[in-house]
Amino acid sequence: MANKEVRVLGAWPSPFVMRARIALNIKKLDYEFLQEQLGSKSELLLKSNPVHKKIPVLIHGDKPICESLVIVQYVDEVWSSGPSILPSDPYDRAIARFWAAYIDDKWFPSLSGIPRAQGEEAKMAAIQQVRDGLELLEDAFVKCSKGKPFFGGDSIGYLDIAFGCFLGWLRVTEKSNGVKLLDETKTPNLAKWAVRFCSDVAVKDVMPDTDKLAEFAKVLFAKFRAPPPSN
Amino acid sequence: MSEVKLFRTWSSPYALRIVWALELKGIDYETIFEDLSNKSQLLLQYNPVHKKVPVLVHNGKVISESLVIIEYIEDTWKDTPLLPEDPYERATARFWAKFNDDKLLPSIWQVFVTQGKEQEEAIPVATENLSFIEEDLKGKKFFGGQTIGLVDITIGWMANLISVFIEITGINLIDADKFPLLFGWMQNFSDVPVIKESWPPHDKLVIKFRAIRESYLSADVPK
Repeated sequence: MANKEVRVLGAWPSPFVMRARIALNIKKLDYEFLQEQLGSKSELLLKSNPVHKKIPVLIHGDKPICESLVIVQYVDEVWSSGPSILPSDPYDRAIARFWAAYIDDKWFPSLSGIPRAQGEEAKMAAIQQVRDGLELLEDAFVKCSKGKPFFGGDSIGYLDIAFGCFLGWLRVTEKSNGVKLLDETKTPNLAKWAVRFCSDVAVKDVMPDTDKLAEFAKVLFAKFRAPPPSN
Repeated sequence: MSEVKLFRTWSSPYALRIVWALELKGIDYETIFEDLSNKSQLLLQYNPVHKKVPVLVHNGKVISESLVIIEYIEDTWKDTPLLPEDPYERATARFWAKFNDDKLLPSIWQVFVTQGKEQEEAIPVATENLSFIEEDLKGKKFFGGQTIGLVDITIGWMANLISVFIEITGINLIDADKFPLLFGWMQNFSDVPVIKESWPPHDKLVIKFRAIRESYLSADVPK
């Protein structure tokens, strides 16, 4: 039976919602997953996140916490006896936070830019931007992982979550545009990491199936003519 | 003995946050002023991804992005904490800091760099964002409570630049009647000695921001 003490307001296709769920899974916490319907916002969502009116929202007892990366840090700090999500060294933490901010501020918008691009030239430019970003993240992976399987080291951490949540949408974008973005030849470490991330026990049940996500994308784009909202 | 260097410009509100964080914690540091129209090799080497200020270098370790830097400072120097201890209060503080950078500051900037109809449409967006932040001040002197914290230093740019914007555009977004708490906070925040001592000179800011506004109005500058 789901624990009513911890609730997540979200939706299965949202990468931002996935971040919150992965964090809770890492800490082996039970939670109730309340799914919002596409195109409408529940009373609970509007009450819990009046500023942004967006998912995810973590409701712990009666306290709402909003913004996906704020939620991840909150989960890490409250359930501190579980496996750590953020590194313990201040500089490693700063590096993880820096790249997570880069992913949200620059890289994910560039990925969303591909379906929005008008015309072949703009599309190629958008694709290149995403690829350039992935090369930066490949370097970041080498530096952060220090030879270990994940950005966070031996197990998945903050930056793995911040980036890995987009792998489903990355694959959908590759399929619908007939391009390879995460290229084993150009970003070999990331390509291998992606497989490990998706099969991790904290991730595999919340990472959506690519075909199911592609179907959803068609509905979403038809309804709104835009990629999913960012948070 | 630790070595701390801060790369900044005299006017950047993002860099000023770092000055405040360092000063509040009593950390010794060296300032390196950058001219963003002629960036130093060192800045480009230290921040190749964004090529921006502020950049903090602590014993050779380079950190960029102002909110990341502040969290690093908080993690490294434990005196005068900028974040509360309680995880929920910490989450709330981080939420508002992000809200400032993602929504509040850009919406006020949008009022500042536009005119006519575009500006008219920008004002209610900024006003709504201000009303959200006004709510968080209820029952508190500062966003951080009795003393200033992360949210105060993140939003602190407002206490300095709003008067500059009023002087240039004639628009006062933080009316004392409409936003009594924010209005009071701006005064309280400005009165904190560390803050008062580091305000960039008002007249110099007016000249600089007037020129920026003019360049936006006269050209199709991407916002």
